[in-house]
Amino acid sequence: MIGRWLRERIVLILGLVVLVYTFVPIAIVVAMSFNIPPSRNVYAFDRFTLDNWAHPCIGAEGMCESLGVSIQIGLLATLGATVLGTLAAFALVRHDFVGRSSTNLLIFLPMASPEIVMGSSLLALFVSAGFAGQLGFWTILVAHIMFCLSFVVVTVRARLAGMDDTLEQAAMDLYATPTETFWRVTFPLVFPGILGAALLSFSLSFDDFIVTNLNAGQTTTFPMYVWGVEGKGVPMAVNVVGTLMFLVSIVIVVGGELNNRRRARALA
Amino acid sequence: MSETVRRRGRVGYLLLLPALLWLGVFFVIPFYSLMATSLYDPGGSDFRGYRMAWAWGNYSEVVHAYWPELVRSLVYGAVATLLCLVLGYVLAYAIAFKAGRWKNLMLVLVVAPFFTSFLIRTLSWKLILADDGFVVNTLQAAHLLGADGRLLATPVAVIAGLTYNFLPYMVLPLYASLDKIDHLLIEASGDLYANPFVGFFKVTWPLSLPGVVSGTLLTFIPAAGDFINVKLLGSPNQRMIGNVIESQFTDANNYPAAAALSVVLMAIIVAIVLVYVRRAGTEELL
Repeated sequence: MIGRWLRERIVLILGLVVLVYTFVPIAIVVAMSFNIPPSRNVYAFDRFTLDNWAHPCIGAEGMCESLGVSIQIGLLATLGATVLGTLAAFALVRHDFVGRSSTNLLIFLPMASPEIVMGSSLLALFVSAGFAGQLGFWTILVAHIMFCLSFVVVTVRARLAGMDDTLEQAAMDLYATPTETFWRVTFPLVFPGILGAALLSFSLSFDDFIVTNLNAGQTTTFPMYVWGVEGKGVPMAVNVVGTLMFLVSIVIVVGGELNNRRRARALA
Repeated sequence: MSETVRRRGRVGYLLLLPALLWLGVFFVIPFYSLMATSLYDPGGSDFRGYRMAWAWGNYSEVVHAYWPELVRSLVYGAVATLLCLVLGYVLAYAIAFKAGRWKNLMLVLVVAPFFTSFLIRTLSWKLILADDGFVVNTLQAAHLLGADGRLLATPVAVIAGLTYNFLPYMVLPLYASLDKIDHLLIEASGDLYANPFVGFFKVTWPLSLPGVVSGTLLTFIPAAGDFINVKLLGSPNQRMIGNVIESQFTDANNYPAAAALSVVLMAIIVAIVLVYVRRAGTEELL
């Protein structure tokens, strides 16, 4: 009996074990966000506190500034990459042009290049172009738009390619102008793809370290802050930020999923 | 689904232009700058400026000096990729075939942990693998690790970190390809008296190969170029090529050497990808 029960579920159980494994470090991040370490240099759990949550910026010198920088860069990079990438995705799915396969290759390559190579190439460009002294906010932003762009194109393209265009044809048959059709039918249908691409861009930009570190000059983003304090004593407030990032993304993703279900049920 | 008509004309080019320009200026041209920098006079510096010297010697010098790091990066990357494949396959298979109505929820849960900062996650691993931590104590009690044995600052910790951090790059493509497999094919193999193992290796595995190929590449490439895991979990004895490139750029300011190493890394990866994709017979991936 038990043998058969187990055999039917063994794969699911193993899958769940792997899933639990991926959450172990997250549990530690959450636990550490409520921790007072035994001493500044020892990264270990000692005593419970709410202080890290109440005053995250106190005792973590420079952390909140770096967070501000990361959020600004993240928002601007998301905006830039989403606009450029969405336009390109429309061109790829809806328009005919010469050089389709090389365009696809160019869009694929940044996703398949090691970050250290992309980062060092950009640095080489900035240095040869005489920008070595101006590395900072803008060079980071330029780099982030570059590596987010491909992910946006791929995400929005998938949404567009999987979309049935009968609704658009119906709109046209009912004498909607192309502009009306686009804004009232096409765009709302593609929007979930664009939103997903934007969220992906933000998280890629916010979390990037390797490319950023090479092109940042004196500017410090949040991952660079964490890198800098590692070894000198990591303030526990860093884990508050980690926990918040996790919670915010869970809320967004689960919210989106629930919304999808609601819609699917409404349509059915 | 009705066939989407692709419109001809100028609009397509106009829509595409901004993205292509951006990638051209900030992805393609930088790569030329990288190659140029790799041939600069190695005596140059930020302050004195660099001079193009066609110094091909830079390449033999860096390969000679750093081949252990190069080999180590490829080995660590490959081991981590293999571990990711095993863990990721189990997880993707469970989601695609066994999760039922929990499928979407499980997919969300697969990516959720990876929205916490890469560096913070890796710091957590530092705590998990710490010298008097639960894992080390258990391994010592089971005599799998000597009494003063440790995990941090060993290849085990670095590979564990790489495996954990790049797991989603494996799971998602695997899932995408497993989810497309027609369940009837697997049932048919059972009806034809294949036992589950034979059925798996004759039906499921071959059909999931496109996902295996893209998953292993998407995992291997960033893992081989990573330097964060070594810095946080390893020691100078586990230095990978990413650590060398990074320190040559930022600490040593030796741009020509760093650029040459970057080019070498990229060349090795391109070669591996080409051979691998051809072997696996899934060229349509690119």
